[in-house]
Amino acid sequence: MLREITLTVNGRPRSFTADDATTLLDALRNHLDLKGARYGCGAEQCGACSVIIDGDDKPSCAVEVGTLEGRAITTVEGMGTPENPHPLQQAFLDKQAGQCGYCLSGILVGAKALLDANPSPTRAEVAAALSWHLCRCGAHNRIMDAVLLAAERIREGVAA
Amino acid sequence: MIPQTLQNNPSLDRWVSFPTAGRVRIAVGKTEYGQGMLTGLAQIAAEELDVAFERLDVVNLETGASPDEGLTVGSMSTEMSGASIRAACAEARALFAQAAAKRLGCEADELDIDDGAFTRAGARTGLDYWALAGEVDLDRAPSEEVKAKSPDRHKLVGTSEPRIDLPPKLFGAAFLQDLVLPGMLHARVLRQPGPAAKLTGLDEAAVRRAAGSEIDIVRDGQFVAFMSQSEPAAVAAIASAEGLAQWEGARELSPALSETESLKTLPSEAYPSGAPAPADSNRRRLSASYGRPYIAHGSMGPSCGVAEMKDGKLTVWTHAQGVYPLRMMLARVCKLSPDAIHVLHRQGAGTYGHNGSDDAAIDAAVIAVRRPGKPIRVQWRREDEFGHEPLGTAMRIDLAAELDASGRLVDYTAEIWSGSHTGGRGRCLAEVALGLEAPPPMTPPTGPGGMRFSGGVLNAIPSYDIQDRRFTEHAVSAPVRTSSLRGLGGPVNTYAGECFIDELAELAGQDPLAFRLGMISDPRAVAVLTRLADMAGWDRRGPAGSGKGLGLSYCRYRGRGAYVAAAAAVSVETEVKLDHLWCVTDCGQVINPDGATNQLEGGMIMAASWALKEQARLDGRGVVTTSWADYPILRFDEIPPVEVELIMQQHEPSAGTGEVSGGPALAAIGNAVAHALGARIRELPYTRERIAHALLA
Repeated sequence: MLREITLTVNGRPRSFTADDATTLLDALRNHLDLKGARYGCGAEQCGACSVIIDGDDKPSCAVEVGTLEGRAITTVEGMGTPENPHPLQQAFLDKQAGQCGYCLSGILVGAKALLDANPSPTRAEVAAALSWHLCRCGAHNRIMDAVLLAAERIREGVAA
Repeated sequence: MIPQTLQNNPSLDRWVSFPTAGRVRIAVGKTEYGQGMLTGLAQIAAEELDVAFERLDVVNLETGASPDEGLTVGSMSTEMSGASIRAACAEARALFAQAAAKRLGCEADELDIDDGAFTRAGARTGLDYWALAGEVDLDRAPSEEVKAKSPDRHKLVGTSEPRIDLPPKLFGAAFLQDLVLPGMLHARVLRQPGPAAKLTGLDEAAVRRAAGSEIDIVRDGQFVAFMSQSEPAAVAAIASAEGLAQWEGARELSPALSETESLKTLPSEAYPSGAPAPADSNRRRLSASYGRPYIAHGSMGPSCGVAEMKDGKLTVWTHAQGVYPLRMMLARVCKLSPDAIHVLHRQGAGTYGHNGSDDAAIDAAVIAVRRPGKPIRVQWRREDEFGHEPLGTAMRIDLAAELDASGRLVDYTAEIWSGSHTGGRGRCLAEVALGLEAPPPMTPPTGPGGMRFSGGVLNAIPSYDIQDRRFTEHAVSAPVRTSSLRGLGGPVNTYAGECFIDELAELAGQDPLAFRLGMISDPRAVAVLTRLADMAGWDRRGPAGSGKGLGLSYCRYRGRGAYVAAAAAVSVETEVKLDHLWCVTDCGQVINPDGATNQLEGGMIMAASWALKEQARLDGRGVVTTSWADYPILRFDEIPPVEVELIMQQHEPSAGTGEVSGGPALAAIGNAVAHALGARIRELPYTRERIAHALLA
């Protein structure tokens, strides 16, 4: 049944009319015009649609919006802008971490969720946290280098 | 000589112009899909024009506005398009210098250019490209008299300029999939279970009920599409229709067709070439058979196409590998004149060859011409992409070779069974579904010297000085559609050939590196291989069969491209663990070292994934590996460190890097695994079962 649904996306309440069973990915892309979360498989297997829900890196393609009211959702658009990038986005640019880039919004939010919970991950911890995210171009090493660089910069920034 | 694509699009202003003050418009006919091609070509243009890189506006590829350079394939962008944009910009620069000289009453060679401004003896002249733009007509053919800058004077070419396509991809909308047009309808297309399948029943009323919101249905022959303003409604409609559709004549494939041995049982045509068969001799002879199964492109973003028919004109947005070839297909399938079709490229996910991108664009156009006035967005689902894209073909390669008394490799035979690597081009699913007459079969293009070009025989013979060599290609009619995948048959032939070279070295009682170096006379080849051996610590290589392996390989891509040497270190117990990969490449003049390195790294990781994990399986109606659960690829926690080193040869012609590291990486992993096990596995991928089997044998 259609009703007014309000989600907290990137720190702001966002309302739209939809069914409770609408997937979060559909809501973000087609109701809220946030295209960062991408359709990759629709089966929670690739990570291209990933967002942060209450601190966790989660696929948005199967979760229903009816279960998400009151929960904090962060998409890649909520991380930073070209003018004011998040340290992760800046590190990805500095390391040229990516090729086609289709997987990157999901990986960026996945990396943010990791660093928010663990500011000093080892490379193995980065690999483990991102292992459910697929990248077909083979940019994995650059991506892991960029996450570690961002972690270092964030730690230094906090210390400074 | 004028570069080929500049000859085909001779007007200089199609490539370069100065439409607004301080800006340079550059247009090329190649598509960016994350390989960094646009950045490299823009560097070449800025270098030749002597303008700051930031002044360049690179036009989005579209029919009309962009030069026609065909398809973006074969690691040819830097080589072909780079030569054309360089020549066009050199010509433009010379014309402007002449105009400036005329105004200043001096000789053109007295002038220099500093960020677009003409200087004379180091002093500003007050003239720049933009001040002279009204006087210089670039709507003219190249003179062929202008020489490009000497590489000695290059300031921008050879530096790692950051990619121009990357920033938008980190902040949100960036892809064709993100395009929204007013009134756009979301569409999904029901696919035929095989080209002969006929739809005998579909309860459309039930599909409409399942959709939940209003949908429209286009049905023409076996082509069925569901459209709605609501994307979930289109998704629900297709899911319901797949369950309800009744087909007659659906394809029935045996699962045995998934395996490479099956290629020898299918209809094929043989194309032999090379030296006559060796006479009987008492030379030492070795033979072995290698295989790689069908492989999915595995693009992260399932294919998408958007089309709108309005006032008799069809506009199509696509992430296909070229806009002009797609326009010809659209004209045929939609029965329109090419002049009535405008095709615009928008970036999509990496495709690594011919995946579903052409089909999705054509699907959208087929619907749009039947529903004028509304933009139609076709989004393939993951299962459509895995299940209906053209696969990279399986290949089976039988090799035989002879060593003379001194242990030198003197005779080499490759017999290759392969489906088509390029034949899928020009054929689309919608055309079959609509019952349109298929286009005449593509005649295999001929290469230099009238040789038949076939992707199946690229690098059929390893890149060494071998006295007698021959190969036969058995061009197999594969049971499913196959088409180009990164490197075509090159990486597979290099895998087989370079593993076989290790087997021959063993037969000759020689170290694999020394055996190779003994057959190489080209110093550039020697350089990559010896540097690689240093990097990988070849002299510390342990004994075979220890569970730890180190392997290497070498190839000159297509016999005339980049020189690539690769090494792999692995640990093998029940599975292969990749410990380290190395690569040394000489690809001639490097435009953007970090971009080339990124491509080489990516090619190696993709090949590692093929080596250890990948096989598309056929059964029943078609491809059954239709999810990432059925078709696993290498993951972050399985990625080894990858070290890439470039040997920069700025005075040599550029050769592409996108496809060149895959074959050497496959072979290096193959040789490392054989070294670790003390036994050889020849069939890809290296599964637990195959490892167990090799250890028991």
